[in-house]
Amino acid sequence: MWTRRHLLAGLAAFPALSGAALAAGSQKRLVVVLLRGGLDGLAAVPPIGDPAFERLRGDVEGAVPLDGMFALHPALAPLAPLWSAGSLAVVHATALPYAGRSHFEAQDLLEGGGRTPREQADGWLGRAVALAGGEALAVGARVPLLLRGPVVAASLDPRRDLGLEADLETQVEALYAQDPLLGPALTQGLAMRAQVGDPEGGAGSPAGAARVAGDALGRLLATEARTRIAVLELAGWDTHTAQAAGLARQLGGLADAILALQARLGAAWSDTAVVALTEFGRRAALNGTGGTDHGVGGVALVAGGAVRGGRVIADWPGLAPAALAEGRDLAPTTDLRSLEKAICVQHLGLDPDRVDREVFPGSSAAPALPGLFG
Amino acid sequence: MNAEASVAASRFGLGPRPGELAEIGSHPREWLLDQLPPASEDPRWLALGTSAARLAQARPIAQSGSEEAKEAAKALLRATFLNDVGVRAEILGASPRPFLERWRMAWSNHFTVSVTRQVVAGLAVPFEREAIVPHATGKFLDLLRAATQHPAMLLYLDNLRSVGPNSLAGLRKERGLNENLARELLELHTLGANGGYQQADVEALAAMLTGWSLSKEEGSPGTVFRPELHQPGPKHFLGAAIAEGGPGEIDVALKRLAKHPSTARNVATRLARHFAADRPPERLVRGLERTFLESEGDLAEVAITLVNSDEAWADPLGKLRTPHDLVCAISRGFGPADGAMQVKALRALGQIPFSAPSPAGWSDLAVDWAGSDQILARIDLAERMGAKVQIQAGQRAEDLLGPVLSASTRNAIASASAPRGLALLVASPEFQRR
Repeated sequence: MWTRRHLLAGLAAFPALSGAALAAGSQKRLVVVLLRGGLDGLAAVPPIGDPAFERLRGDVEGAVPLDGMFALHPALAPLAPLWSAGSLAVVHATALPYAGRSHFEAQDLLEGGGRTPREQADGWLGRAVALAGGEALAVGARVPLLLRGPVVAASLDPRRDLGLEADLETQVEALYAQDPLLGPALTQGLAMRAQVGDPEGGAGSPAGAARVAGDALGRLLATEARTRIAVLELAGWDTHTAQAAGLARQLGGLADAILALQARLGAAWSDTAVVALTEFGRRAALNGTGGTDHGVGGVALVAGGAVRGGRVIADWPGLAPAALAEGRDLAPTTDLRSLEKAICVQHLGLDPDRVDREVFPGSSAAPALPGLFG
Repeated sequence: MNAEASVAASRFGLGPRPGELAEIGSHPREWLLDQLPPASEDPRWLALGTSAARLAQARPIAQSGSEEAKEAAKALLRATFLNDVGVRAEILGASPRPFLERWRMAWSNHFTVSVTRQVVAGLAVPFEREAIVPHATGKFLDLLRAATQHPAMLLYLDNLRSVGPNSLAGLRKERGLNENLARELLELHTLGANGGYQQADVEALAAMLTGWSLSKEEGSPGTVFRPELHQPGPKHFLGAAIAEGGPGEIDVALKRLAKHPSTARNVATRLARHFAADRPPERLVRGLERTFLESEGDLAEVAITLVNSDEAWADPLGKLRTPHDLVCAISRGFGPADGAMQVKALRALGQIPFSAPSPAGWSDLAVDWAGSDQILARIDLAERMGAKVQIQAGQRAEDLLGPVLSASTRNAIASASAPRGLALLVASPEFQRR
């Protein structure tokens, strides 16, 4: 149902390129995967070499050893080839500067990039997009706080099949011309739809939805010249109860999404970083119900051809009782903002001073992780 | 008639039925306040099952069913839920008290239960009828108590699985606390994120909540207190001791929370955001907060303060309709629409009631509902509507939008074909906003 008119209208909707990185012809692509709910880092990347681990979590069957200390959850095994190719890094025992264990506050910090909840009105990635130039896209129905900023990001839900009549679009665009919210949103929506084409099926399950989203995003990023930064939201990580089966499904979906991106990006994969971030880790010990309550230190995954991977970046604090934060949580030893800043500076090529001032104000205590990209 | 009639019908209400704006006329505040006193409820509510009946239905399957029986039961549960929300949508589409309905729904969103936890499905609409509706214009404490102890909430936020570590069951089985309900009770339902509580308060509240569970007795389904799960000993909560008191402890804690200034602030802010503006004026929040505290949480008094606050009437199209608001307004303006059709539209727009992604409930911020793809989906719905309904769009636009209908929308509708005119009316900025 998409016509040439859509395509032309779509292209016309984008402002001219601006900003250093893209003007210089950068081909870098960035996908931030938001894992909402608090991924259990000790389950995703279990520290099987830590003598205290088994007492907390029991035996982990089928985990894929990465080095002497860490392993991948069995459901992440499809990512093992990326590890071998040096295209997968893990940042462990990482957290935001926050120990309040609230989803809503921690997500605000994860997305806003502030020092305290609600300090920032828009998102660090949205501010980074403004510095990098070009456009950004949220996969899903809405634009999360992370991507809000001076440049209004588009959203695209690849599971939704729409077929609007072109002249209705034109008429409604005219009605929305004066509406500061609806007008820009409609124009962008038409542009994105024109570029990604019709969605593919197979989104019946949440895990299937992750793959479909990764696939559609990969198609768009492979061809689209202006949109190189995207956010993919995956919910369902708040595993308070009997988490074994659900977490395996979730992690399988995450692996599928990353591999679908890789497959669709083709040669562009070598310029791509996919970063999976979550608001906090979970409690070191299982709770009374086979799940895990909210904790502090957790894990971030960094995949892509642009990543200098094949390593776990962690100043490992250990899981002995005395080493746990407040006697219960994995103690954070790496500020998650150090990873986020490395993405901005090394991968997107932004000016470090401006990143310190404009993207992560007041973050000088958390220098960018060195040598992670490029 | 001025724009206040439209604000009464759409911002406070659920969107006008034809003739409603004329009925409101120049008495918008009276029209709203007249809806608050008790009156008879739509008889269709009675046809839906109670939570007790739904729990009784579910038990034999959970206990003895084969895998096939469990799968069939899941499908039936889903169908029951979708029928429930369909009936609810039909009733809302015809309700003569739309402000009261919106007020109740704001509270049912404040105390969100969500079928993202499958076990909640059969209990979600009964939760609203049993825990929210009877207390939404009563005392906040009663509402808080009813919502916290309803089977749907106990299941949704894992309280059935929470066991006092030193309780009889805890000592025997080495099971422990689950903090889920306690944390959301503090952060969302009462004090709010900056409300001045610590991790130790979450744990103390979780300990006081242990034991609140569901009956295992045949024939008496519902909430019971099971002492063998309850964490013994005194609790230290919000800077003061609460003596060991078994099932009475939570009552002491909820009373303390209900009259806490942080709760008043949190509740006032959420109401102001829902009813007035995404960034509500401080004066309005303060007014609601003051009434909440001075009336000891009398929610009818808070509603009256809201209606009588000039700030809530400003900027007549300042709020974006959520998808649920939109579908409801379509049903009232052009229907009432069949429940199943409304559920289908709500699914397409991503807001089936009682399906919020987290205990924080549905967002009241336009920015969360105005993603570019969401706007396309709204226009898609408008197009389908136009193809389906045979109505004179020009006249209906005057009827439903009246004082807020813009010249450009009026002209666009006038020069369009009949189905296209209706699509433009529904897609128009005036209809998408409230």
